[in-house]
Amino acid sequence: MISVVVIAIYLGLLLGLALFSKTLFRGTSKDYFVASHSIGPFMLLMSVFGTTMTAFALVGSTGKAFEGGIGTYGLMASSSGLIHAACFLLIGIKLWAIGKRYGYVTQIQYFRARFESKAFGYLLFPILVLLVIPYLLIGIIGAAKTIYGVTVAKSTPAGEIPGAFPEIFTNGAVPPWLTGIIICGVVLTYIFAGGSRAAAWANTFQTIVFMIMGILAFYLISEKLGGVSAAIEKASDAHKVRTISGEVGFSKLTFLTYMFIPLSVGMFPHLFQHWLTAKSAKSFKLTVVAHPICIAIVWVPCVLIGVWATGVPALNGPVPTPSGAVLAKMVAVLVHDPIVVGLVTAGILAAIMSSLDSQFLCLGTMFTNDIVLHNSKKEYTDKQILFMARTFIIAIVVLTYILSLVLYKKNVFDLAIWSFSGFAALTPLVIAALYWKRANKTGAYACVIAVFLSWLTFFAMSGFGGEYFLVGGIVPAAAMWFIGAAAMIIGSLMSPPPSEKTLAKFF
Amino acid sequence: MNKKGIILITFLIFLVLHQDFWNWDNASLVFGFIPVGLFYHACYSFVAAAFWAIVIKVAWPTALEEWAEGAADPLEGGHE
Repeated sequence: MISVVVIAIYLGLLLGLALFSKTLFRGTSKDYFVASHSIGPFMLLMSVFGTTMTAFALVGSTGKAFEGGIGTYGLMASSSGLIHAACFLLIGIKLWAIGKRYGYVTQIQYFRARFESKAFGYLLFPILVLLVIPYLLIGIIGAAKTIYGVTVAKSTPAGEIPGAFPEIFTNGAVPPWLTGIIICGVVLTYIFAGGSRAAAWANTFQTIVFMIMGILAFYLISEKLGGVSAAIEKASDAHKVRTISGEVGFSKLTFLTYMFIPLSVGMFPHLFQHWLTAKSAKSFKLTVVAHPICIAIVWVPCVLIGVWATGVPALNGPVPTPSGAVLAKMVAVLVHDPIVVGLVTAGILAAIMSSLDSQFLCLGTMFTNDIVLHNSKKEYTDKQILFMARTFIIAIVVLTYILSLVLYKKNVFDLAIWSFSGFAALTPLVIAALYWKRANKTGAYACVIAVFLSWLTFFAMSGFGGEYFLVGGIVPAAAMWFIGAAAMIIGSLMSPPPSEKTLAKFF
Repeated sequence: MNKKGIILITFLIFLVLHQDFWNWDNASLVFGFIPVGLFYHACYSFVAAAFWAIVIKVAWPTALEEWAEGAADPLEGGHE
């Protein structure tokens, strides 16, 4: 019960921050969508980092290391440090510049102009929404599973721990439907209050919280295990290397081709929106340099906790611990202290919500600007535009909430990889748009259609969301990326180049 | 070789160094608590940050920044 109070206080603080950010809201649609291009270096770093580190950051890294060993860090974290920063520098700054000069607030506005096709937006919009939805699902399902794990009745070596609400809910645990409503409600409240600016403020706060809580969990768990040296000595030897041993380890081809997945940040529509909130290009400098360091600060302790967990008997009984529950269980079983359990859970929720807010916001922005306002002859007031954006956000939240209940038992991290893979495979589109003058409408259509069809094929072959590798352990994202790139090149070369006017505008 | 060429080659070297196949089955511990495969990649993150700091220092797109801050020519067309 004390843990739940700590979590409730955290959510209350977040709402307080939302009310504060509302006082800074200028009431215009531009302020709502891109915070009037006013976000400085530190807040840009925190909001971009918080957005890219969803439930994967604390929960996923620990769980994946528990399953696969130390290779998890190289697979997902150090590669991201290099590739994400490259995307921020080579794609982010250029898109920010184009967006600022021409007033774009969504990717689709840029692609429509760059590829001289208004219809292109109607092809890309549903695909982007379809790919964002699994990403939203991992947030809502991840939060529901975390809160359920914290509040459910448990058997520990110290004795039975009753559930948080034994007289209200089964096993005393907060049910997933309630957690989903609370999390979505809190996020909606603060993005409705101040749009992009509120999201940036909330993300800054939440990113600081989950970074500190990750370090706190690392310190307390290591202390309970007798120190960092004793903790690693007890861990399984197979988890200390990358060699494949049963279910542990990674193939060299998987490790190599996983480098394609971090490219996804180049096409995330919610990151595009965050980039556009930057006050100036200089705001990006800190993000580019500090992003790899922030990843190391969060991921190294979490991967070590996951490896240590392999030597903790309570997590290695006859019933295997689900990967998503490793961190929460390590804290609950070893630390016991309900205040610490509450704080670490708040950290996990912070990591989740700092991604959800940007995704909700970007979907509303895209719908309003790319579908409703696009080609509209009617003049809308800022109030009407904000109303449309908020209505679409609510519709998407309701849809995602229902899906989260239906798909609750799915492995959320496997589902997320499919989302990342789709966005990663679409990066030839943005790279060609920015750097290849010959890239044209035909190439763009061919690229998007080829990626979407290959994504659907591999997704179906995986059993609709499971872990899936091609021959030798190659990840589907790598194959889809080459398919997309080939389609872009062939399609562009087989048709006339863009007009001189378009080239003059963008190059 | 120009600056962009050097940066590109360094980036490609980073991609190769990320594979560190020589650490694949090395279970030894650094400082008595961190497996060498993890220690290597943690250091890699910090070196990558230093690399990007140098890139920003020597190849910052100043012209792009100035172009973005300028007003769009009406002939260029703006939003949609």
